[in-house]
Amino acid sequence: MRRYIIVRIFLFLPTLLGVATLVFLLNRAMPGDPVDVMLGENAPMAKRAELRHALHLDLPVYAQYARYLEGLASGNLGRSLRSGRPVASDIGRAFPLTLELASAAMLLACLIAFPVGLAASWSGGGGAGRMLEAASSAGMSLPSFFLGPILLFFFAVEWPLFPVSGADEPGSLFLPAVTLAVPMAALLVRMVKASLEEEAGRDYLRTARMKGLTKMEVLRRHAFRNAMLPVATVAGLQFGVLLTGAIITEKIFRWPGLGTLVLNSISSRDYPLVQGVVIVFAVVTLSVNLLTDLLYTMLDPRVRYGG
Amino acid sequence: MARRAAALFVILWIAAALLAPWISPFSFSDQNLTTRLEAPSTIHPLGTDDLGRDVFSRLLYGARVSLIVVAAALLLALLLGTTLGIIAGYYGGLVDKFLGRIIDILMALPGILLAITILAYVGRGLIPLVLALTITAWVGYARLCRSVVLSVKTRDFVLAGRAAGASNTRIILHHLLPQTLSVLTVQAAAGAASVMLSEAGLSFLGLGVQPPMPSWGEMLSTGCDYLLEAPYMVVAPGLLLFATVWSLNTLGDASSAGKERVRASLVDTL
Repeated sequence: MRRYIIVRIFLFLPTLLGVATLVFLLNRAMPGDPVDVMLGENAPMAKRAELRHALHLDLPVYAQYARYLEGLASGNLGRSLRSGRPVASDIGRAFPLTLELASAAMLLACLIAFPVGLAASWSGGGGAGRMLEAASSAGMSLPSFFLGPILLFFFAVEWPLFPVSGADEPGSLFLPAVTLAVPMAALLVRMVKASLEEEAGRDYLRTARMKGLTKMEVLRRHAFRNAMLPVATVAGLQFGVLLTGAIITEKIFRWPGLGTLVLNSISSRDYPLVQGVVIVFAVVTLSVNLLTDLLYTMLDPRVRYGG
Repeated sequence: MARRAAALFVILWIAAALLAPWISPFSFSDQNLTTRLEAPSTIHPLGTDDLGRDVFSRLLYGARVSLIVVAAALLLALLLGTTLGIIAGYYGGLVDKFLGRIIDILMALPGILLAITILAYVGRGLIPLVLALTITAWVGYARLCRSVVLSVKTRDFVLAGRAAGASNTRIILHHLLPQTLSVLTVQAAAGAASVMLSEAGLSFLGLGVQPPMPSWGEMLSTGCDYLLEAPYMVVAPGLLLFATVWSLNTLGDASSAGKERVRASLVDTL
């Protein structure tokens, strides 16, 4: 088991290096010249050469790659081509907002999914169960860029309960968090239900019933606990998807997080900024996945002592 | 019932996509600023958009774009994923390790982030879009095929084939590929749904096909800007997208249902 954990931790860095290399290669392969972006295409040759030198674009590719990795290792993500500010400071401002949005959505999704999934597996194949099943499959097919505008129209325009956009007013987190949470909740409901049903046939539950526990107690004290472990793992592994899903939600609600930052930098061809955001997304996703994995091994004694 | 509705809707989607040039009443690109943001009427059954273009016609052409993109990306992803997955599973060793690392790297950019990253550098357009979606989707099929191959490659029929002197190519094509295909067909409908959602999402973010080519995601994005004046601009593409994705998901569930055990109520078994 310890071997497994060590291997997982050691794979973190090479994977991150791979992402950084991928982004570097894409950056090199892109058509156009960053000097054009910064100075305009009609700038005098001398000025272009000067800037090219300042950005180290006159170095051979491998030297640029080495400088780039060196910068990453020391946490230096370069400077924005447009504003000239360090990329890290722009990301530092946007990142907490995206994290706030994604965490609120995940919390909301869990708050919806656990009771609903429990109710769905309780009622089994009955009418209510089928209704919940249908609602969950509808929720999974509902694109956030359709749900978002609907919520905006009804709860910010027709009945102005919540602000239309931005992150400044109280309550402005609510609509984007709901938009992001619904598909995730729909997925988790299925997981909760499937996992509970998987657990339902096990012998230890029959034993618990036999020794006189009520159905509710068996469910609460035995089945639920064991069934939630795989669900929590899925939820953890889906957090990265939720983070990137936030890109779309941020656009709908003009939430000034990483998604808005990356979209703006794409449309203004500010490639160092794009690169920085992508790498930050990758670091967060890899860290959450690693943490989920480690927590899982710590929580499940079978895995812990298994081998 | 739900399954039949889903099948019917998918057929409608494909028909609309194939017949768009012949059944759409207007062009998808002709602008007419005197008729902009018109509410639905007998001339324009679903109204007009911000540039005076007929929304109904644009939806039909949008179906065409989504069908082309989904079909192309899904086929390429299946081809790539199956090939690499089978090779990795069958040969194992360094090949398998290398593929595993590649997959780890691609999975570090989850959801549509990988496609966004690629399109950010390569630029928008039909071909970049298809390639970005392919690169995002093949990973899942490769992992699936690899695990199928790992589980069957030591079974008797494969060993018998090898004992009889069959070449690796023959074993892969005649024994392993058919095994993976049965699993992959189950995944195809759900895969189409997820590629479709990604395509619409990327178009919504302005990273889809080039304008004036319509896409449902791009129409939704424009609609968001005119939510007050013309809410129908969001409703029509949104409902269509939802219905198509739901239908594909439902067909996917239906095709996998045969392999699942009948689900009993939790309480009945306690």
